[in-house]
Amino acid sequence: MAETAPKRITDIGPPHYEKFLPPIIKENYGKWKYHEIPRPGVIVHTSETGAKLYTVRAASPRLLSTSKIRKFAELAEKYSDGYLRFTSRHNVEFLLTDPSKIDPLIQELESIGHPVGGTGNAISSMVHTQGWIHCHSSATDASGVVKAVMDELIDYFKTMKLPAKIRLALACCLNMCGAVHCSDIAILGIHTRPPKVNHELLPKVCEIPNVVASCPTAAIRPSTYQGKPSVEVDEEKCMYCANCYTVCPAMPLNNAQTDGISIWVGGKVSNARTEPMFSKLAVPYLPNNPPRWPEVVETVKKIVEVWAANAHKHERVGEWIERIGWPKFFKLTGIEFTKQHIDDFKHAGLTYKTSVHLTY
Amino acid sequence: MAEQMKKYETPLLDELEKGPWPSFVKEIKAAAEWNPMANDLLGLLERSYREKIGHWKHGGIVGVMGYGGGVIGRYTDLPEEFPNVSHFHTMRVNQPAGWFYTAEALRTLADIWDRHGSGLTNFHGSTGDIIFLGTRTEELEPTFAELTQAGFDLGGSGSDIRTPSCCCGMARCEWACYDTMKLTYFLTQHYQDEIHRPAFPYKFKIKCSGCPNDCVASVARADFSIIGTWRDEIQIDQEMVREYAKNGVDIVKEVVALCPGKCIEWDGNELKIDNSSCRHCMHCINVMPKALAPGKDRGAVILLGSKAPIVEGAILSSVIVPFVKLDDEESFNDIVELIDAILEPWIEEGKNRERIGEFVQRVGLGNFLEAVGLDPQPEMIRHPRTNPYVFYENYLEEE
Repeated sequence: MAETAPKRITDIGPPHYEKFLPPIIKENYGKWKYHEIPRPGVIVHTSETGAKLYTVRAASPRLLSTSKIRKFAELAEKYSDGYLRFTSRHNVEFLLTDPSKIDPLIQELESIGHPVGGTGNAISSMVHTQGWIHCHSSATDASGVVKAVMDELIDYFKTMKLPAKIRLALACCLNMCGAVHCSDIAILGIHTRPPKVNHELLPKVCEIPNVVASCPTAAIRPSTYQGKPSVEVDEEKCMYCANCYTVCPAMPLNNAQTDGISIWVGGKVSNARTEPMFSKLAVPYLPNNPPRWPEVVETVKKIVEVWAANAHKHERVGEWIERIGWPKFFKLTGIEFTKQHIDDFKHAGLTYKTSVHLTY
Repeated sequence: MAEQMKKYETPLLDELEKGPWPSFVKEIKAAAEWNPMANDLLGLLERSYREKIGHWKHGGIVGVMGYGGGVIGRYTDLPEEFPNVSHFHTMRVNQPAGWFYTAEALRTLADIWDRHGSGLTNFHGSTGDIIFLGTRTEELEPTFAELTQAGFDLGGSGSDIRTPSCCCGMARCEWACYDTMKLTYFLTQHYQDEIHRPAFPYKFKIKCSGCPNDCVASVARADFSIIGTWRDEIQIDQEMVREYAKNGVDIVKEVVALCPGKCIEWDGNELKIDNSSCRHCMHCINVMPKALAPGKDRGAVILLGSKAPIVEGAILSSVIVPFVKLDDEESFNDIVELIDAILEPWIEEGKNRERIGEFVQRVGLGNFLEAVGLDPQPEMIRHPRTNPYVFYENYLEEE
């Protein structure tokens, strides 16, 4: 058998990217001079050589069937010489050299349910996580919430009428595979009660010192349960981060009644004008309400619309709030300010107001 | 096969086939027409929608021979009812730098996955990999064999170097201050062992952004962030500036007033920039891409330590090298040397599940710099300490 088995290949890394670059990009690599956005979803890059590359950007749900992958391949062959790429926000981009193919491509993309847009001062596709489709620790679904929110906000994807760009993201638990903590608006799944220790299972599947060490607030202590080693949780100290669950399956936090969604605002990663900033808590808890999460959709839409109506040109959500102040943010959006909004983790004191720079 | 598959009623998920945004439910249903795993996923997901809770167990340790990373083990907690997702492991396939593909490459990947998995993918996962979503343990090795035959390999998972990722850089952006795709490919190839065989306290992510707009969010999502910048004068085409003004850009309001360095003047005819006060934020260039461009002396800033909240709170990366040139193989090798030097104290002293950003905060940036062999520089901090509790290693002992 050993003679016939092909040699096992390992550690080759990904294919070299040059294999996948269209000739126009190879010829103008590092020579691009400027770009323009003649209409939503279309970007034209002009090279020093005068060459022009036309990018058509379309929305994607990120979760794609192999039949859709083949459809994208077919569209690439028909319109962009067989070349395409994906963006860091999961959009698909076709790379055209012939501008007369832009309109037919857009028509075909729209006809198969992939709207074109997401450029300039728009809402681009939402970065998001797996949710109930694949994750053991999710406090909510991911794709479903994104679909519901984007169905409602689609007009802002297909146009460029907002004051600035606005980045939406979703993570289905605090692990934040979607790293949503620097988004203009972040939707974050949260647990709201301590883990229920499964004392039968715990000694069989978990290392107790690891479980104890995993807790950032030292709420977990070794204990015995019916003569067998286990742990106990000081529930007053628990902040439901689920780090213990990550290291030990016998500490589940998922709960259909108490899991829900929190909304965070004002983060950015770009350095433009202001430094990168974290998103801050806007709404501590909204219920999980599948299949369309109306409370979440309504809240996100409200924040987008209040920002759009009040921000100066080029002002991201966080920059707008810094200018008007948080009291005005809560007033304008009608979001209730509660005890939960006030930080009580490490360095919480740095978030208290220490001046009389207040507006009335 | 298809006629033996259960037909699931999915009234809740059907609601998400409606509306203008592309529907993931339609994608799952497309695969479920022929693939039993995708079909059972549909049934299981409907159940989650009804019960408002996920039905996946903690992953077990599964993978391909000789690798510790690249596969996320996944099992449903309802295997009797949904036997075709009793195993539903994810494979992370290392994406080509910049996420460029040919139609042929996409078909190759789709064909491989149709033979071995659920027919469902993510283009792409949060870290950047192509995600093959859901297969059985016995299919992992055959999938891997076909992938490597086709020139693809797995990416990282667990406590290893995760698959590096980058923006499209010089391939399609005039603002790229270094070749992000070339550096990403170089680092990915160099760290194959560290990507495939987890041996660290926790994960370590590398992201290359070509300019301060940071399209891959490296300042927020990478332990090691390489962000392009320049240190000479912004290039100005005065004719084009006047063109923007003529076409309705209010240069005083939209550019001059928003400059964080307050270093731009506009007299209605000529734009003047005091580059010594420029903070390289990109705003003026973003507003007038045909008139302004980053300078010619280009390179990158290196920042360290960003991460999401778990465990000790979210951290943004902070500066450890204020400027570095990145235009030849030697400079790429210097990056590798720096990464190796940074990894060493963390691998030695880091606690289980402690990211390097948390490690640096625990030991102190000053001590960390000393361990790595970097000199402290004022670019690394917002401001010097405000407390008087200064440590000294050596004391003058009185005789």
